[in-house]
Amino acid sequence: MTSPLLSVENLRVEYHGASGAVTAIPDLSFAVQAGESYGIVGESGCGKSTLLMALMQHLGRTGRIAGGRILFDGADLTAATRRGIAMVYQDPNAALNPTMTIGSQLAEVPMLVPGVGKREALDRARQILADVQLPNPERVMARYPHQMSGGQKQRVVIAMALLANPKLLLLDEPTTGLDATVEAAILDLISELRARHNTALIYITHNLGVVAQVCDRVGVMYLGDLVEEAPVRALFATPKHPYTRRLMACVPHLGSTKHSTSFLPIPGQPPSLARRPPGCPFGPRCDGFAPGRCDHPVPDETTEADHRVRCIRWAEPGATLAASAAPLAPSLPDDEVVLKAADMSTVYTFAGSGFRARKVRLLANAGLSFEAHKGGVLAIVGESGSGKSSFARVLSGLYPSSDGTLAFGGVDVGRRDVTQRTAAELAAIQMVFQNPDATLNPSHSTEFPLRRVLKKFGLAKGERAISAEVDRLFDLVRLPRGLRRQRPSRLSGGQKQRVAIARAFAAQPQILVADEPVSALDVSVQAAIVNLLLQIQADKRTTILFISHDLALVHHLADHVVVMYLGKVMEQGPVGRLFAPPFHPYTEALLSAIPVADPDAVQSRIRLKGDIPSPIDVPPGCRFASRCPRRIGDICDTIPPPLRDTGEGHEILCHIPVMTLSELQTKKNEFVFN
Amino acid sequence: MTAIDHLPAEPVTRAPGLLRRLPTSGVAMCGLALILVWVLAAILAPVLPLDPPNKSFYAALAHSAPSAAHWLGVDKSGRDILARIVFGARQVLTVAPTAAIAAYLIGCPLGLLAGYYGGWVDAAISRLCDVILSFPIIILYVILISTIGPSVLNIVLAVVIAASPGIARIVRGLTLEQRHLDYVAAAQLRRESAVFIMLVELLPNCRGPLITDFCLRIGYTIITIGIMGFLGLGLPPPDPDWGTMVKEGTVMISVHPYVSLFPAIAIVTLVLGFNLLADGLRELALKE
Repeated sequence: MTSPLLSVENLRVEYHGASGAVTAIPDLSFAVQAGESYGIVGESGCGKSTLLMALMQHLGRTGRIAGGRILFDGADLTAATRRGIAMVYQDPNAALNPTMTIGSQLAEVPMLVPGVGKREALDRARQILADVQLPNPERVMARYPHQMSGGQKQRVVIAMALLANPKLLLLDEPTTGLDATVEAAILDLISELRARHNTALIYITHNLGVVAQVCDRVGVMYLGDLVEEAPVRALFATPKHPYTRRLMACVPHLGSTKHSTSFLPIPGQPPSLARRPPGCPFGPRCDGFAPGRCDHPVPDETTEADHRVRCIRWAEPGATLAASAAPLAPSLPDDEVVLKAADMSTVYTFAGSGFRARKVRLLANAGLSFEAHKGGVLAIVGESGSGKSSFARVLSGLYPSSDGTLAFGGVDVGRRDVTQRTAAELAAIQMVFQNPDATLNPSHSTEFPLRRVLKKFGLAKGERAISAEVDRLFDLVRLPRGLRRQRPSRLSGGQKQRVAIARAFAAQPQILVADEPVSALDVSVQAAIVNLLLQIQADKRTTILFISHDLALVHHLADHVVVMYLGKVMEQGPVGRLFAPPFHPYTEALLSAIPVADPDAVQSRIRLKGDIPSPIDVPPGCRFASRCPRRIGDICDTIPPPLRDTGEGHEILCHIPVMTLSELQTKKNEFVFN
Repeated sequence: MTAIDHLPAEPVTRAPGLLRRLPTSGVAMCGLALILVWVLAAILAPVLPLDPPNKSFYAALAHSAPSAAHWLGVDKSGRDILARIVFGARQVLTVAPTAAIAAYLIGCPLGLLAGYYGGWVDAAISRLCDVILSFPIIILYVILISTIGPSVLNIVLAVVIAASPGIARIVRGLTLEQRHLDYVAAAQLRRESAVFIMLVELLPNCRGPLITDFCLRIGYTIITIGIMGFLGLGLPPPDPDWGTMVKEGTVMISVHPYVSLFPAIAIVTLVLGFNLLADGLRELALKE
């Protein structure tokens, strides 16, 4: 075997802050071969980024490498040898200088090498932009970062890293903030570039699906330890460490829904670095914890060639729980229609820029029509910019609709915003927001919003009744009552989102609008929140409108799915029908972009070109025509497509007849979820 | 459900509030010490063994320089400069914070209204502030005081008119930042009144930058009062006023520089105290 490109031996990283020293990475060893793609997964706070920073020798003023060594290309890693390593950061907005054009930023990299002139550097920049498949490199060079979309910016950042001709490319969650469709295209690009340049990758992510798609070998990191390391297939087929198994139990699996299984969240959260347990780091959260054995330091064990695990009980059968749990007896939708949107439209009007008085009209929702049944989960999916959140704002009353009706219990509420709705109407439709850090006021205790809701809607009278009700709500969302008087800054993201759910249920709503409630959370927390929502729903028969861009999750929990694009419903139907052909070409593209947590999954490869167009000038024909991979001709651009009914409430808005779609799509391959 | 309910949630550790961390900042503590010296002197002035500030010691005029009897000397009317400075501190330390608080009472609501409602309310308030802020500040003061006459109340009024637009701007910016955050939407969805949202949901989150600005603004106000005294628009005589004292000393500055020098030092140290405190607070806020 040849010597590895990068070899990390007994690495120890410490942070020396004002409050003493903490060990972020106690003792870490792994190796990456030339041209290999190595994935590192784990929850946030597990030392993944610290490891990358140690490799970049960028630990800041407080961090230091306190032991072990890093060999790169057979020599100690120093400032000089580090030249062969390049990094792609998570947030492309922070990685690019907003005051410089793309061209001049890229040209800076080759010019670091003495003797390379400006002209040559610009030539190389142009070439590399073509390499990362940005159309029209010449024009891209002249643009500023703010003139580009998130996906395009991330391509530029990758281009910039490639300009250094790295042998090893470090990627720190490069697709986390991006839409699934854009993510899929970036992942394709990374795989392709890797094949062409034989660059090795270290890919850090919390998304098991992404790991399954792009990595050869995977290390699972927990509290700075590599608890398991294996080739990707072996890891997904036979995960050995309880942490790995629990992580996998937190993500949706092929063919499973809420009726067949439920997620198995990992209890608690990783402890802070200062409170590292004495033995196995995962011990306190592990259901197979054996006193007297697991609280001593655990050695690495090699189970098979290339598969090592740091758990003394890995070989004992039944030492830990199974990888999934029984379903939660989820609520089923009944025939009663709670919410009915009929041709509902939302228009935002902006003043024109500068002194021009002409108003700009933005059609955020164009003629939405669908129904939500009592006790069901209606999922609304689509890329960002498709009008999902606008609909949520109209439904909850934050913004009035402009046309059509949105009937709740037979009464149109769409045209009336908060100030015009009755208290009962407001209480009946409650909302859970996306960003856990913005959902609670940092100045007030966690119980404050709950109390205000109870008081404003007159649901509990008197201090004792209110206090008892707040306790009950904390129990409902399974938060310790002791957190009642804490400020939100002392809560983790998942706990904040639980408070937000308690706040919504304080009003005893009939409809809960959940706008991407879990997309900002770690997978383990995500699983717990989804379970919680389903469980409360089963008790209270609340109707949930679940807005999400995560189709795998939607497949798990939804009863009925609405696919939106540019403010219009492209396809809708019961979840079983929607995830099987025939699909709308847009749904097909969304499905093929799901990062499936299974390295053996066969997925059709449909990639959308470009980005979602501006909703200010919408095309006269089909809104999706400009990006549609199955566009049939000019008819798509000029004539609005007809709504085609395939039965069971499954509708597709497309010029292509259902039969043809069906043939085209089944011939290609079976979709992974069925 | 699962064991998740039974595991105690580990509190996310975070540094305590700004004011509780104040002792960790050397700069802020220096500033606070300077301010406290002056505050103590001002409070204790009546019981300290000082000469009466407005009494003339004609015998001392022959040797007006600092001496054992009059530590900082006497001015041209034979009044003890030390006593006048200490009693002057009483004046300045009541007028400056009062004026700053009054300016906040006007500026905060204006900023909240502009930031919360936006649209024409914002346009009207912002343009009004622009108009006031476009005046050179000293000229504005001179015009105001010479029109309405020098008195404690008028100085406060002048500071309010000159300072509240700046405060309104800060508050407007901070409000705009939060205006579209989810907790404001959540408050609207439970039909809280606009006044409640502005005062209870938005204003408390502005406190960090506002505490810093408040300290700085007291410093500015002390300078302003000094300048107005120097220009002859200060607090009416014979009560001691630092700015007026500096001005009186300039007549014989080449012979008896200390007459101007000591009140000037008083102004500098007190303003420095407030500025250091503000700097320290700002650094602490950034460290968070």
